[in-house]
Amino acid sequence: MTQSVIVQVGQCGNQIGCCFWDLALREHASVNQKGIYDEAISSFFRNVDTRMVGDGGSISKGKICSLKARAVLIDMEEGVVNEILQGPLRDVFDSKQLITDISGSGNNWAVGHKVFGSLYQEQILEKLRKSAEHCDCLQCFFIIHSMGGGTGSGLGTFLLKVLEDEFPEVYRFVTSIYPSGEDDVITSPYNSILAMKELNEHADCVLPIDNQSLFDIISKIDLVVNSGKLGTAVKPKSLVTSSAGAFKKQQEKPFDAMNNIVANLLLNLTSSARFEGSLNMDLNEISMNLVPFPQLHYLVSSLTPLYTLADVNIPPRRLDQMFSDAFSKDHQLIQADPKHSLYLACALMVRGNVQISDLRRNIERLKPSLQFVSWNQEGWKTSLCSVPPVGHSHSLLALANNTCVKPTFLELRERFMRLYKKKAHLHHYLQIEGMEESCFTEAVSSLSALIQEYSQLDATKSMPMEDLPRLSVAV
Amino acid sequence: MSIVTVQLGQCGNQIGFEVFDALFSDSHCPQGLCSKRENEAYQASCKERFFSEEEHGVPIARAVLVDMEPKVINQTLSKAAQSGRWKYGQHSCFCQKQGSGNNWAYGYSVHGPRHEESIMNLIQKEVEKCDSLSGFFIIMSMAGGTGSGLGAFITRNLQDQYSNSLKMNHIIWPYGTGEVIVQNYNSILTLSHLYRSSDALLVHENDALHKICAKLMNIKQISFRDINQVLAHQLGSVFQPTYSEEGSSHYRRNPLGDLLENLVPHPEFKMLISNAKMEEGIDWQVRPPLSGAPTLGKMSANKNLHFNTSLANLVILRGKEVHSADLGGFKDPALYTSWLEPDNAFNMWKTQRAFNKYEKSAALVSNSQFLVKPLDMIVGKAWNMFASKAYIHQYTKFGIEEEDFLDSFTLLEQVVASYRNL
Repeated sequence: MTQSVIVQVGQCGNQIGCCFWDLALREHASVNQKGIYDEAISSFFRNVDTRMVGDGGSISKGKICSLKARAVLIDMEEGVVNEILQGPLRDVFDSKQLITDISGSGNNWAVGHKVFGSLYQEQILEKLRKSAEHCDCLQCFFIIHSMGGGTGSGLGTFLLKVLEDEFPEVYRFVTSIYPSGEDDVITSPYNSILAMKELNEHADCVLPIDNQSLFDIISKIDLVVNSGKLGTAVKPKSLVTSSAGAFKKQQEKPFDAMNNIVANLLLNLTSSARFEGSLNMDLNEISMNLVPFPQLHYLVSSLTPLYTLADVNIPPRRLDQMFSDAFSKDHQLIQADPKHSLYLACALMVRGNVQISDLRRNIERLKPSLQFVSWNQEGWKTSLCSVPPVGHSHSLLALANNTCVKPTFLELRERFMRLYKKKAHLHHYLQIEGMEESCFTEAVSSLSALIQEYSQLDATKSMPMEDLPRLSVAV
Repeated sequence: MSIVTVQLGQCGNQIGFEVFDALFSDSHCPQGLCSKRENEAYQASCKERFFSEEEHGVPIARAVLVDMEPKVINQTLSKAAQSGRWKYGQHSCFCQKQGSGNNWAYGYSVHGPRHEESIMNLIQKEVEKCDSLSGFFIIMSMAGGTGSGLGAFITRNLQDQYSNSLKMNHIIWPYGTGEVIVQNYNSILTLSHLYRSSDALLVHENDALHKICAKLMNIKQISFRDINQVLAHQLGSVFQPTYSEEGSSHYRRNPLGDLLENLVPHPEFKMLISNAKMEEGIDWQVRPPLSGAPTLGKMSANKNLHFNTSLANLVILRGKEVHSADLGGFKDPALYTSWLEPDNAFNMWKTQRAFNKYEKSAALVSNSQFLVKPLDMIVGKAWNMFASKAYIHQYTKFGIEEEDFLDSFTLLEQVVASYRNL
């Protein structure tokens, strides 16, 4: 069994991270009734004997003593991290896992990347090495950050290069929050494009997410929950947005619901690696199956169901509905419509009481309405994990490598160009040592090259499929 | 003579468990429909082949379990132990922490050499427990990374190290509509390598097994467990002891040898497929499967019946009134390639001792053109994907180059052509 380390960077990254740890504890608590430290828990947590001085000796088996998250928390302001350390999750984190500063990055990628990058490089390396040492077999780093700000965007992507050099065999999965159209950070296009170049070059897999989509999902749920219709009472724990029943007891903060969706995404992504099932899917299989060419590693995700109805007299929404929903544009975590774009590959990660025949039936049913690239007509990767998420009897996470990410990138580039043409706010960046205009132009061309790849693939959409001539052999 | 089973990867281990369970249940079935002496001889023969004895009496499966990550092996071991009737050897498994990531290259080029010694040692220990070794039965899937890549590596090692023993690879042919996106690459690499180092490839298709569960058994929500159990029953009815030429008191001694002798007349043709029918009260009207032929009522006299041409067919009958079965239909020369006499190509083993609780059961193992179409399809899809170079970087990362792909394609095109020309 392998372990993963979460690296949460910046305000957004740390807030999401906090929700993640909360839900992870809740999930393991509901699965692991006897409180034994098993391999599933060990993928994200260490078991530490706090009576011992120093680092706390790690215990590998037996009863759970004190769980410590395999995490590194980085922020250039203290507010968010301090709040975490004073909150109910304080015991889950080790003060030695943190890197903080006071002044913040001022929503400036260059400050995060160049200034804080060089300032904290040694410390970052040291904390990462430590967390890796605590792992028996480290498989993956999960980086959580936002693209629009300064720390998450700049320092978060600086990290990627460090990880690639220091741990070349360990996967780098990045969960990136992209800025929405009405983002209140003016320089978010600059930050995002500069960060995209790093993601293009140093990430194994990126899961782009945007706030607008998360917000729409929440509105959808609210509509159902508050509609007061008979039979629509929802099981509180089942809400993909809730932390009900989790360890945090304080008032839910405004972004909590949205962050919980992302936290659930990460839990579902790793469920088949942690828990047993009849068709397992490890994290290394995600990259292997969903990344046909190294640069095309952006995966659109969707989670269903969003909630479970509480009234047992109402029959559960048909299993098949769950599969249909996964392909609807309302359930995607970015503004994208995969159904009307071209699929390069698609993964269906199912949890709970679902069998292979259910999976096959739904694939057969949905296939005709989806367009797959000519060389991957049956590009499906599937997994079945027996353990459902808390509050549900089954759930589905769909990951698609689909050209529907192109509009997001196009829009980003558009917003960038609008600012860049007028050289607006550019001086804030250029005054940082190591930053030149070429950084910007290189970043934009990197993005343009990526967009071009997607366009070329899109162009093949309507072309008739030809079978290539095969090798002929003498008999 | 004994068979040592090597279970590889999630698929291999999940199936392996069901197979041993089916073999054990059958051999301890009280209603053998035969005399007590025969039943005891059957049990003893089955035990010799598949289980070894321990002091406390719980038989231990003659198997080595290999997987690159621990979850499945742990489950398999505990399921066997829980049953209390048989179990796996405590030290018969080899496990790592991180899987092969569905990457054939990783299974073959990284895990293979790295763990070669440990795995071969485990196999050696199991072999030493046998009085005499018939050969190896290797259970693996083609679509993943461990079963396929590491499986190919181990099979080649077995050929080098145990060149006098026979090897039969049991391969799971994945669903046509994708379980793993790179399954076609993994499959062609596996098949081409195994073709060079294995003696026979016994294939089971997930699609076919799924259909059996759905149509014949009417299971509504089919799980992999259901599929594996159907498979295990089919294998059981093929591998359980059968009478030898001498008659009812002697069971055949060399299961693999006999199978291969009857089914693989030429090393260029190694692909076997099996099918079985088990029921109460069926008539012994076993007919060869027709491919693409219309149903009986609509057959017109002047149409050429198209059979999948066979190289060899072996029918194994078990149960009541087995000696009365007439299998003349199988001796039709139209079934066989022109360079073989039906008498040589067709064989029949009849055993009175029933399999499991089925009054009558029939199994057919064929070496025929049946697999040409699926094989051709897989090669075609893999070729299309290869032309676009998609996913190739994942393989070259671990030392499998485009040339290796081309070699595999060439070999398999030859196999397809050879079978087509039968």
